[in-house]
Amino acid sequence: MSVFDSLADKLQGTLSELRGHGTLTEDDVNRAMREIRLSLLEADVNLRVVKQFTATVRERCLGAQVVGQLNPGQQVVKIVSDELTSLMGGAARDLSFSPRPPTVVLLAGLQGSGKTTVAAKLARHLHTEHRSSVALAACDLQRPAAVEQLVTVGGQVDAAVYEQGTGAAPADVARWALERAVSEGKDVLIVDTSGRLHVDRELMEELAEIRRTIKPHDVLLVLDAMTGQDAINVAEQFGETVRFDGVILTKLDGDARGGAALSVKAVTGTPIVFASTGERLEQFERFHPDRMAQRILGMGDVMSLIEKAERQFDEREAEELEHKLRRNEFTLEDFLSQLRQIRRMGPLTSVLGMLPGIGAQLKGAKVDERELDRIQAIILSMTPEERRRPELIKGSRRLRIARGSGTSVQAVNQLVKQFDQMRKLLRQLGSGRMPDLGALMRQGR
Amino acid sequence: MPRDWSELFVTGEPAADAPAPASAAADAEPQRRRFLGRLRESLSRTREALSGELAATLAVPEDEAGWERLEEALVMADVGARTTAEVVGRLEAEAQGGGLEGRALTERLAELLAEIARGDDDLIDITARPAVILLVGVNGTGKTTTAGKLAYQLRHRLGKSVLLAAADTFRAAATEQLEAWAQRAQCPVVTGTPGSDPGAVAFDALAQARTRGCDVVLIDTAGRLHTQDALMDELAKVRRVIAKQAPGAPHETLLTVDATTGQNGLRQAALFAEAVGVGGIVLTKLDGTARGGIALAIARELGIPVKLIGVGEGLEDLRPFDADDFARALLE
Ligand SMILES: Nc1nc2c(ncn2[C@@H]2O[C@H](COP(=O)(O)OP(=O)(O)O)[C@@H](O)[C@H]2O)c(=O)[nH]1
Ligand SMILES: [Mg+2]
Repeated sequence: MSVFDSLADKLQGTLSELRGHGTLTEDDVNRAMREIRLSLLEADVNLRVVKQFTATVRERCLGAQVVGQLNPGQQVVKIVSDELTSLMGGAARDLSFSPRPPTVVLLAGLQGSGKTTVAAKLARHLHTEHRSSVALAACDLQRPAAVEQLVTVGGQVDAAVYEQGTGAAPADVARWALERAVSEGKDVLIVDTSGRLHVDRELMEELAEIRRTIKPHDVLLVLDAMTGQDAINVAEQFGETVRFDGVILTKLDGDARGGAALSVKAVTGTPIVFASTGERLEQFERFHPDRMAQRILGMGDVMSLIEKAERQFDEREAEELEHKLRRNEFTLEDFLSQLRQIRRMGPLTSVLGMLPGIGAQLKGAKVDERELDRIQAIILSMTPEERRRPELIKGSRRLRIARGSGTSVQAVNQLVKQFDQMRKLLRQLGSGRMPDLGALMRQGR
Repeated sequence: MPRDWSELFVTGEPAADAPAPASAAADAEPQRRRFLGRLRESLSRTREALSGELAATLAVPEDEAGWERLEEALVMADVGARTTAEVVGRLEAEAQGGGLEGRALTERLAELLAEIARGDDDLIDITARPAVILLVGVNGTGKTTTAGKLAYQLRHRLGKSVLLAAADTFRAAATEQLEAWAQRAQCPVVTGTPGSDPGAVAFDALAQARTRGCDVVLIDTAGRLHTQDALMDELAKVRRVIAKQAPGAPHETLLTVDATTGQNGLRQAALFAEAVGVGGIVLTKLDGTARGGIALAIARELGIPVKLIGVGEGLEDLRPFDADDFARALLE
């Protein structure tokens, strides 16, 4: 029997099972630890870190007194959540500003992690939050047109961009830019550098030289939130060469759970300072360790999920939906759009399981993401008319849809039937705000 | 299993390597020798390292700990728990049933992994004229760089005339970046103005390819997260524009996936495939320490094979995917 046997039952399932038990046995704890381990690996936390983490949590769980209002299951959830939050780092942290401006910030990271965009976003952030006058130094002389990119985005946030083309050595450009920032009385100089692999000795030495030349007050590692197991190698190597003081996590607007953040924090002890959450230059914010802990664990508290759900569900759309439900006009088109909105919030098992009402309905039912993929494919293969009036789907239409979606006629039939039942169910519920995916899934078995 | 450029592409021509075009023949020849020399060298190095380490890893799976170490190696390579469990489960079953052990077990595991990674169709069909290849992917994964490198290979190794299309009109200086690559690869490039409709650039490129009689059109697009519905719809529209302009086009849609990507890569592939249909993966940045195991999960769960790998930032740092080498490297 191996570690990854029962991957399908998620952490959430195990923990809710635990709720209601009278006491927390060693067996329970072991079972919970296994699920936590899997869940963290799915979130891309490094295996080494996962092992350490579960060992700590296990100790605490076994030694824990079952006290007060919490049942044993809730106790485990709380310990896991506490440990993860404290490991992620307590309060949000800021840059260390120099008493003698300019404060020099050096950005470093792998290729494609988002340094250039972050340079402009950080400039904008410092300008709006601290009224700093910011200059950007163009020291990525490697990637074609990187200088032009910095000039453009720098212009969009009204930051001065210091550039000397791509002829000089990066360290020389950095020194020149620093002198200019001093003479022009800038508050902050942000230095953009080329992306480089942590194993590229030559380029890592180049970075170390930039560091020695300009003696930055803050070195920030820019890290893609989608990074996998390799994050610790990256962090360790960059740490060794340039000793970074903080991390900026990018592309957090996607649906990656971002376990790399935890890996990096755990192996280097360096806090995450900012989060980049979109392509627009104002989509940049201070990092919140507690929110990240929840995201990685995939078990946010109900409140934050509800908040998220509310943001994702456009109010007007929701009202319209309610209307449609009342008048029995809910179509497959609407269903598809709901399905997409919900899935955008993350893996369905973690999202749905936590929504009040649905959580209970889903108990015992496993949401198969691939089943949802199939449903989506089937609906997408229908014409708009068919989505509005599923009763049209007969004979050759069925066959066409099955072919188009790479499924079977049987699967198409089943979906249409289930949808019909769901419509009835919805009508009974009257003004339910969300279609009962839980019931639909259960009928699918 | 393509190992050579001429084996990767279906051209409808005799299989022999096409001669380099006259204009570039002089400098292409020494470059080529260097390239193959280096490739051979690095492959044999990997092989040596592998036979040693693999044997060491796999001598043990008589006990629980041995199997667990094997699973851990795959997880550390970003293969993901689900796919790891499946592969190791299959190997374990075969080992118990057929008395596989030692060397044979080693070979079988590499085989199993390669089988999954290879998929059914790992070729790129460029018989159409012009053949249209669309490059899509998340921001920073290597689309533009791959477009440049691929243009170079098609032109200098297969003697094709290539037209590049700068349909990333969104990111600042993206057009300039592709123009720089076009110059390196010595290919013409069609551009639009910043913020203009990417579909229009694709449309222009196809029209120009026809009048110029180009063999292949490579369309670079703006990076986007698979979760951004509006941007994914935009991409689907670009695809429709292409399809309308040339029946059967795009003849290949390649998704660039950064080898450092973790489990989210699976979502990327699923949603890009849903929006525009993806025929193959370009696994980039394999020159680092990341193994790109997520590609294995993508192949297994979505049936999308890797077709090309990126191994650096230079013009020649793109290679046809070799499933066997990839499988072995996963276990290193
Ligand atoms: N080391 C390495 N870097 C790469 C590779 N492919 C692309 N890059 C780099 O990754 C960064 C982003 O690439 P780019 O093509 O601009 O990505 P795009 O946003 O998808 O078009 C650039 O700095 C490239 O030089 C690769 O195979 N290896
Ligand atoms: Mg690009």
